Amino acid sequence: MQHDHEAYWKEVLGLIRNVLIIWFVVSYGFGILLAPMLNNIHLGGYPLGFWFAQQGSMYIFIALIFGYSKLMGKIDEKHGVQED
Amino acid sequence: MSLQATTYLFVGLSFALYIGIAIYCRAGSTKEFYAAGGAVHPVLNGMATGADWMSAASFISMAGLIANFGYGGALFLMGWTGGYVLLAMLLAPYLRKFGKFTVPQFFGTRYYSKAASTVGVFCLLAASLTYIIGQMTGVGVAFSRFLGVSNSTGIYLGMGIVFCYAVFGGMKGITYTQVAQYCVLILAYTVPAIFISLQLTGNPIPQLGLGSDMAGTSVSLLHKLDMIATDLGFAQYTTHTRISTLNMFVYTVSLMIGTAGLPHVIMRFFTVPTVKDARSSAGWALVFIAILYTTAPAVAAMAKMNLHNTTFNYKIMGNAQAGVEVDHNFDLFAPDSGTLYASRPDWMKRWEVTGLLKFEDKNGDGRIQYYNDKSKNPEFQAKAAAAGWKGNELKVNGDIMVLANPEIALLPNWVIALVAAGGLAAALSTAAGLLLAISSAISHDLLKEKFMPDLTEGQELMAGKISMAVAIVVAGYLGLNPPGFAAGTVAIAFGLAASSIFPALMMGIFSKTMNKQGAIAGMLAGIGITMFYVFAHKGIFFIKSTIFIDSVGGPNFFFGIEPNAFGAIGAVVNFAVAFAVKNMTEPVPADIAQMVMDVRIPKGSKAVDGAH
Repeated sequence: MQHDHEAYWKEVLGLIRNVLIIWFVVSYGFGILLAPMLNNIHLGGYPLGFWFAQQGSMYIFIALIFGYSKLMGKIDEKHGVQED
Repeated sequence: MSLQATTYLFVGLSFALYIGIAIYCRAGSTKEFYAAGGAVHPVLNGMATGADWMSAASFISMAGLIANFGYGGALFLMGWTGGYVLLAMLLAPYLRKFGKFTVPQFFGTRYYSKAASTVGVFCLLAASLTYIIGQMTGVGVAFSRFLGVSNSTGIYLGMGIVFCYAVFGGMKGITYTQVAQYCVLILAYTVPAIFISLQLTGNPIPQLGLGSDMAGTSVSLLHKLDMIATDLGFAQYTTHTRISTLNMFVYTVSLMIGTAGLPHVIMRFFTVPTVKDARSSAGWALVFIAILYTTAPAVAAMAKMNLHNTTFNYKIMGNAQAGVEVDHNFDLFAPDSGTLYASRPDWMKRWEVTGLLKFEDKNGDGRIQYYNDKSKNPEFQAKAAAAGWKGNELKVNGDIMVLANPEIALLPNWVIALVAAGGLAAALSTAAGLLLAISSAISHDLLKEKFMPDLTEGQELMAGKISMAVAIVVAGYLGLNPPGFAAGTVAIAFGLAASSIFPALMMGIFSKTMNKQGAIAGMLAGIGITMFYVFAHKGIFFIKSTIFIDSVGGPNFFFGIEPNAFGAIGAVVNFAVAFAVKNMTEPVPADIAQMVMDVRIPKGSKAVDGAH
C-alpha cells in the first residue's frame, strides 16, 4: 500500500507539474513577459500577445482543467484508487 | 411600456423566480444548509460557482477597468480565471475528499489544533467581511442606478431578498438560486455585447468581433483604437501595461492564488457528490465564468470606441464610407472637431444625472474635448494648446461602459431592463455566497466546534440560520455606513486570501510534514506582512492620517509593486516562515501524516462523507 501510494503520488505530481508549465507559459509567458515580442505577429485583428493576455489564456485554462481531470481519472484507475 | 415600468417588470420577475426556487429548496439538515446535501450536479455547481464568483464588480466595473487600463486590464482577466486551474488541481478535489464543510474545519483537523482553526476563522472572516462590504454597497448602487431608488432603500431591498432565500435555503437554496442568477446575468451581459459587436464589426460574436475589422473598412478595430488613443494623448490601447511588467506579473499571481483561496468559492466544491465531480466542476465553473470574462474585453474596447466616436466626430458607427481615408483627413485639432455639447446624445444626458458623466466646458467653446491632458508627449500637448484646449472636459466613470452600453447602441428598452436584472443578480448571488461562508464559520467553526459541542443537529441548523440572519444585518449595516476603506476592500480580500488561506491549504495537502506551529506562524506572517504593506500605503485600518509610507521608503517601495498586488509576496513569506518554523519544532503526529495520505486518493470519498 505504501509503495503504491508513492508511485501514485509521483504520477499525480508529474501531471500537475506539466499542467502548471503550460498554465505558466500561456499566461505569464505569452500574456505578459513575451507579449511585446508576440505583438508583432497578428491573429486576425489581434496582436498575438494581447490576444493571449485578454482571450487565449482563458480558453487554454479551460482546456487544461478538463484535460487534467480526464488524465487524473486514468491515473486513479491505473492505481485502483478511483471512487466506487 | 416605459423604460421604468419594463425595468420593474424584469427585476420583479427575476426576484419572484429566486424566491420561488428558495421555497422549493428549503434546507432540512445541516448537511443541506452547509453543503446542499453534497448532491449538486457538477455542471450546475459550476454555474452556481460562476454566479457566486462574478460580483457586482465583475459585472458593472470590470469592463470599465479594462477600458481604462487597456492591455494591462488583462491582469484581472487572467488573475480571476487562472486561479481556477490552481483550485481544480491543488485544492478542490482534496478538500472534497476530506469531506468537511468549512475551511477552518480543515485547518483544525489537519493541523490538529483549535488554534489553527481559530486563525482560519479569523482569516476567513477578515477576507469575507471585507469582500461583502463591497457587495452590499454594490447592491445599493445597482438598485439606485437601475430603479431610481436611494442607495439605502436599495440595500434594505437587497437584504430582504437575500434573507428570504439564504436563511431558509442555506447552501441548497443559494445554489439553485445562483444557477438562475447566472442565467440572468450572462444573458444581460452578452445580449448588448452581441448587438454592439454586430454594429461595429459586423460579427455577432464579441470575442471574434474584437479581432475583426471595423464594419465596411479594412482596418482592424484594435488598430483603430490604438490610433485614436495615441491621437488623443492616451497610451496605446493594446500595449499599455499596468505600472510595470513586474508589477503586472505579481498582481496577476496575487489575484490567481487569492481566487483559489477565497473561502466562499472553495466551499462550493463541498457540494458535489464525488472527487471526480469536484475536478470537472471547476472546469465547468471556468467555462461559465469565461463566457463573461472573454466578452468583457470586447465590451471594454467597443464601448471605448463608441465613447470616442461620440465625443469626437470620428464617424465610425453605421457609416460604411468612414474608413481610414476619412480619418487621415479628419483634423482632430480643428475648431469644430469636438461634439457640440448642446447636441450630445440622449444617453449622455441620462447618465449625467447620475454623476457618472461630468462635463465642464473649460475653454468655453460649447464643444466636448475628451483627451488625456496629462499626456507626456510635448508635441501633442503643444498641438492641444494651439487648438485652444484647456484640459480634459469630460469625466467618465468606468462603470458607464457596461451600464450605458445598451443605450449607446440604441437597443430597445427590454435590453436595458435585462441589464438591470443582471447587475442585481450578480450582486445578490455573490453576497449570498459570502454570507453562507460567514454564517457557517460562526455556527459551525465557532459555536459547534469550540463553545457548544453538544449542539444537536436541529439546534445547529437553527444556529446556522440565526447567524445567517445576523450576518445579513451586519453586512447591511456596513453597506449603509461603509467604513472609509470600502473602495479598496475587494482587492484587500484577495490579498488576505492569497497570503494566508491558500498557502496553508496547499501545504496541508502537499506536505506530509507541515506541522501546526509552521502553519500558524506562516499564516500570521503572511497576513501580517501583507497588512503592513497595505496599511503603510492606505493608513492603519485605512485611517488616512496614519499613512506611514514615507517613513518606510515611499509609495510602492518594494520593487515598484502596488499594495493591491502584494498578496503574492505575502504568500511567499507565508511559505518561507512555515517551513523554517516547521524545521525547528516537533514533527507532525503519525496519524495526521496518514490522514494526508488518505486525502490524496479519491477512493473512499463516500465513507468520509458525512463524518463530520
